[in-house]
Amino acid sequence: MAKPKEKQNKSVYGATPVAQNVESHTLSVLVVNEPGVLARVIGLFAGRGYNIESLTVAETDHDKHLSRITIVVNGTPRVIEQIKTQLDRMVPVQKVRDLTTSGPYVDRELALVKVKGAGEARIEALRIADIFRAHVVDSTLESFIFEVTGTTAKIDAFINLMRPLGLSDVSRTGIAALSRSKVKKEIKKDPAK
Amino acid sequence: MKRKNLDMSTTEAKRTASKTKPAPARKMSGAEMVIEALIEQGVEVIFGYPGGAVLPIYDELFKNKDRIKHVLVRHEQGASHAAEGYARSTGKVGCFLVTSGPGATNAVTGLTDALMDSIPVVCITGQVPSHLIGTDAFQEADTTGITRPCTKHNYLVKDINKLAGTVHEAFHVARSGRPGPVVIDIPKDIQFAQGNYQDASQPTTHTYKPRTAPDMDGIEAAVELMAQAKKPVFYTGGGIINAGPEASKLLRELVRETGFPVTSTLMGLGAFPASGKEWLGMLGMHGTFEANWAMHDCDVMICIGARFDDRVTGRVDAFSPDSVKIHIDIDASSINKNVPVDIGLIADAGEAMKAMLKVWRAKGCKADQPALKKWWKQIEEWRAQKCLSYKNSDTIIKPQYALQRLAHFVAQDKRDAYISTEVGQHQMWAAQFLPFDHPNRWLTSGGLGTMGYGLPAAIGAQMAHKDALVIDVAGEASILMNIQEMSTAVQYRLPVKVFIMNNQWMGMVRQWQELLHGERYSESYTDSLPDFVKLAEAYGGIGLRAETPQELDSVIKEMMKTDKVTLVDVRIDQRENCFPMIPSGKAHNEMILAADAEKFDKKLV
Repeated sequence: MAKPKEKQNKSVYGATPVAQNVESHTLSVLVVNEPGVLARVIGLFAGRGYNIESLTVAETDHDKHLSRITIVVNGTPRVIEQIKTQLDRMVPVQKVRDLTTSGPYVDRELALVKVKGAGEARIEALRIADIFRAHVVDSTLESFIFEVTGTTAKIDAFINLMRPLGLSDVSRTGIAALSRSKVKKEIKKDPAK
Repeated sequence: MKRKNLDMSTTEAKRTASKTKPAPARKMSGAEMVIEALIEQGVEVIFGYPGGAVLPIYDELFKNKDRIKHVLVRHEQGASHAAEGYARSTGKVGCFLVTSGPGATNAVTGLTDALMDSIPVVCITGQVPSHLIGTDAFQEADTTGITRPCTKHNYLVKDINKLAGTVHEAFHVARSGRPGPVVIDIPKDIQFAQGNYQDASQPTTHTYKPRTAPDMDGIEAAVELMAQAKKPVFYTGGGIINAGPEASKLLRELVRETGFPVTSTLMGLGAFPASGKEWLGMLGMHGTFEANWAMHDCDVMICIGARFDDRVTGRVDAFSPDSVKIHIDIDASSINKNVPVDIGLIADAGEAMKAMLKVWRAKGCKADQPALKKWWKQIEEWRAQKCLSYKNSDTIIKPQYALQRLAHFVAQDKRDAYISTEVGQHQMWAAQFLPFDHPNRWLTSGGLGTMGYGLPAAIGAQMAHKDALVIDVAGEASILMNIQEMSTAVQYRLPVKVFIMNNQWMGMVRQWQELLHGERYSESYTDSLPDFVKLAEAYGGIGLRAETPQELDSVIKEMMKTDKVTLVDVRIDQRENCFPMIPSGKAHNEMILAADAEKFDKKLV
């Protein structure tokens, strides 16, 4: 039997690569807080077709003009490696740390959740908020605004529970993350002894 | 009271110090600062085009005519490529100056070109006055926004006291690490404002310090692999040219020491002499048969200052399948980007080769001679294919023949020769048929593939090397993209030679249409072309024409003698295609030679 002819690739470029497994990583990027720095970082993602899941940025050291950008990205291991090196070579970027691969870290997100309702639903919303340790930061007779902090999964869960109870608006900050300090293995001897 | 005394004593101290060196803080206008900073950065020539938002700087240029030379181009894109040609041919940072709005947007192509080919250039753009930014003012464009993705870095200067420091930093960023273009956008009010000049020696706040020294463990591992290699190949690129002439010397030394074959990308031509016996020719889509097969069959690949571009690798999953790959690059993001490598070294090409040589010698390494001999025998078999051979003609000028004759006369000429090209078939033929023995002599648009690059780049190179022979090998379509720069060449008496390989087709487009789009020649033929001889004369240059192979030699000879910009209209074979060729999505060992082209099944498409 004749082997079917391989279809000629008409493109000027090569064949598209086979998809690999996609991972999600949290990157902590320390940048010089100069005008346009955020646009530069975001432009890199847009221009090179990388995906951003979450992005948080604010100045963290006023005297040194440093900001920390926390980005959650997803992509294949090679794409994530590319994102890191592409970020690292930008002139205003001082340090890129992949929190996902460099030891334990904590990540938190804050959300403001507006829930409108009356009667039993309103009480149920308050009860669930209590379980999630969400605070009421604004209240009217028809609505609450809850402030809830936690991991992305916890906030997702909270929002999902609020949905049938009259969820109206959500505003989320995106993830802020820091690596945990290293735990010293040896316990210090009491100097008094 | 005490403080006042202290102040007085410091001013006194400053005064005494100023006798030996100039006082650190000098008051001047922003425009003056720009010129001072450029001169301090060693800029001798600046290419540019004036306009409303840069008038204060042009005023200072007028006053400083004897300290800095300005070349008036005819289009800002011309200025950008001229600065690139200047930078590429000298190893220095090229500099150009354009106005706001259209001036800046016209420069974008050149900036992108410089980014893709890692050419150090600094572009100064005027901007509307600070208080008008964001109001859609006349000739306002968001220059930093537009140029952000096509520069290595850019600045909008908002504080007069930071202006001089920013210019110094821009030059530092442009030339260090992986070189690239930097834009400084200066609002008109900042150009007029008075402030303190900061000279280059004063400490700056910038933190950009790219790593250049290689990791020695990696170098040792690489050297070990090289010593064991049975079928090694050096795959070199523009990074070696960018690392300076010393790096090219080190490459030659490294090759002499090891006896390994060398191939190079389009951007790296000249780093290793084409006359060297280890030279395989260029690799990639239109590279030589021996270079591509050596890449495909090698067991150790040593990539220095190249970036595994898709024009080089062909089909990535079939790219050099059985080799261990060593990759030296100054840009960490180039490593493992397109092709995963076994040893990735982030370093300056020159420093890495120096370290390699040191380790190679210190360890007393020797190449595996019997294996290498066998490898060279194989390479000779590939060479015997004579992949660049073509059928010559008595009646019609073959482009390959035209370039061989050009190469012959260039070799006979005593002058140092610089060759620029436009983009297309003629560019590939030039890369195949013109030999380069020294770095910085070959100016071409590799990454971006910018038609219209060659003439302004040649002007830039000729400005830097007044006595050199500068030739732009062009196509008739490309040359028309920046033909206006003829006028610049005339004005500055630059005897650039433009060798137009005229086949009336956008040759590379036509070649692809012929091979891959069922011979449907959509819009690739130019029905109406200017008479290039008359055109040259109209500009005040010299026009020559060769229509038959018999005329060719005398026309080239005449071209070599001209003292003015010269257009040579060489009427070449309209049907000639550029071979060898790796069709896209194919592997290195699936290349088509000219002889097979007849058999190439065009009905596949």
